[in-house]
Amino acid sequence: MTTLQPPVAAEPRPAPPPAKRDRRSWTGWGFLGPFVAVFALVFLAPIVYSIYLSLFRNQLIGGNQFVGLDNYTRALQDEAFWGAVGRVALFLAVQVPLMLGIALLVALALDSGRLYGKSFFRITIFLPYAVPAVVATLMWGFMYGTKYGLVGDINSAFGVTLPDLLSPGWVLASIGNIVTWEFVGYNMLIFYSALRVVPTSLYEAAEIDGAGQWRIIRSIKLPAIRGAIVIATIFSIIGSFQLFNEPSILRPLALNSITTDFTPNFYTYSLSFNGQQHNYSATVAIIMGVITMIVAYAVQLRGMRKEA
Amino acid sequence: MSTSVTASPAKSAAPRLRTPRKKHTPGKPKRNVLLTVLMALMVLYTVVPLIWLIINSTKTQAGLADSNGLWFAHDFALWDNVRDTFTYHDGIFGRWLLNTLLYVGLGAGGATLLAVLGGYALAKFQFPGRRAVFAVVIGAVAVPGTALAVPTFLMFSKMGLTDTPWAVIIPSLVSPFGLYLMWVFAAEAIPTELLEAARMDGASEVRTFFQVALPLLAPGIVTVLLFTTVATWNNYFLPLIMLKDPDWYPLTLGLSAWSSQAQTIGGDVIFNLVITGSLLTILPLIAAFLFLQKYWQSGLAAGSVKE
Repeated sequence: MTTLQPPVAAEPRPAPPPAKRDRRSWTGWGFLGPFVAVFALVFLAPIVYSIYLSLFRNQLIGGNQFVGLDNYTRALQDEAFWGAVGRVALFLAVQVPLMLGIALLVALALDSGRLYGKSFFRITIFLPYAVPAVVATLMWGFMYGTKYGLVGDINSAFGVTLPDLLSPGWVLASIGNIVTWEFVGYNMLIFYSALRVVPTSLYEAAEIDGAGQWRIIRSIKLPAIRGAIVIATIFSIIGSFQLFNEPSILRPLALNSITTDFTPNFYTYSLSFNGQQHNYSATVAIIMGVITMIVAYAVQLRGMRKEA
Repeated sequence: MSTSVTASPAKSAAPRLRTPRKKHTPGKPKRNVLLTVLMALMVLYTVVPLIWLIINSTKTQAGLADSNGLWFAHDFALWDNVRDTFTYHDGIFGRWLLNTLLYVGLGAGGATLLAVLGGYALAKFQFPGRRAVFAVVIGAVAVPGTALAVPTFLMFSKMGLTDTPWAVIIPSLVSPFGLYLMWVFAAEAIPTELLEAARMDGASEVRTFFQVALPLLAPGIVTVLLFTTVATWNNYFLPLIMLKDPDWYPLTLGLSAWSSQAQTIGGDVIFNLVITGSLLTILPLIAAFLFLQKYWQSGLAAGSVKE
């Protein structure tokens, strides 16, 4: 139902020889059992329950009533929902390529061996990953502000008027900046680790053949880490579609710009916790989950096809 | 929380431990100043917000309003701010810190334990349903976590678990990424022959695990523990929906409550405490990453798996 197999899905290692199979056939479950039990409780049960919820409607009179696919029909015609989807789609189209592009450049620079102080750069650029989204958003939120923030300082220092970064026209870009700041180093580390596994002998051979650095990057390095790039893209897509923390924490500072249906997740949250519309909220969450998986799967197929 | 898993691009079935890289002897690359300058700009982007946080945690509420954001105000109020952060509202910040430690201890600790046991099983035992578990777990990683939040909340609410620490701890116990990393790591780090030898000597499975396998898994365990700790320490969405009582808040939720209270009518404006509290919240994790650098970076490299 919800299986998306990242390209990594190759099993780590061939199974132990089957000769011992009968003797210990169930022993493994003793070790794996606890994980699977909790996994079933917090992953599988909610998915099943969510589908169940989406088929009902809670009415003042008559209580919980089976309504079939009514909730789905409603969601498909819900402008607030599609507005939110459009917003995250725009976000995704701009922020993800930008963030991954920068991460890739940094990783290539680190891997090139042409930097002074390489390990300093690597750890420093990674550090924001350790900063909670709440703190990252609060910091940037303050800095964006015209009152306490850097924007205000720049305005008064240079006598200019920068656009209000928390205004409706700018707030999505401002959130994009926060998310980029949080995850660029994390993605850089993914790319960098993948680059480290490429055998250096390949570069040497290419150099002997007269290939320049750009040629090596294009013809050897990028193809070699395609798997890592596809994975990072998929997880960034999932992250964008799930956008919640940053807009929700920024909202008190930008009440007019960030509505409670700003992103699909924000919308499901508001429906459920401010509107008590649990059934409809579950429906919207399922549709969003399906959209996410379709897009992620399409990206994976495309990424893999090129490789073949 | 975002998890990601990557295999070594070199398509080998067994990931290797930290492939030693041959030194680049012929044509050793020249250090490049321009490239270093570009990277320095990137570092600037990364650290400016952190520097801003440090500088502004030394300011009073008044100083915040009338001084430049990237320089100190006349008054140096860091220690006052730290004291006020811990004493404000009967010291609730300290309570949030303890809650966070509790959630991290049980949540991240438990998640690591389950991942280690499960990863070991997947790597070293052949049993019915093994492939199915793999497919389901990898598939579940792709399910948007927040999509599960509402049904999980409703389920937990029926079980009477909401507004208790368990509502935060139980969902934190599962780390599919941790399971995958431990699996890859265990497959590589524990020679099957060693296990066979222990069994031959009559050691029970439990004893074999603790005395033979566990010590070999140490670097992988540190890595998984660090990443599950970050996930739990930084968790916001789950506590937000599960907890109403501020006494059970973790730091993240407490800070956002302090920040938004300025917007409520008659609410206390305590941005200086929000900023100082934020600094106090990130310091332990930054320190952990810096001090344990060697371990987690080699742990990641071992599996070519990253989160």
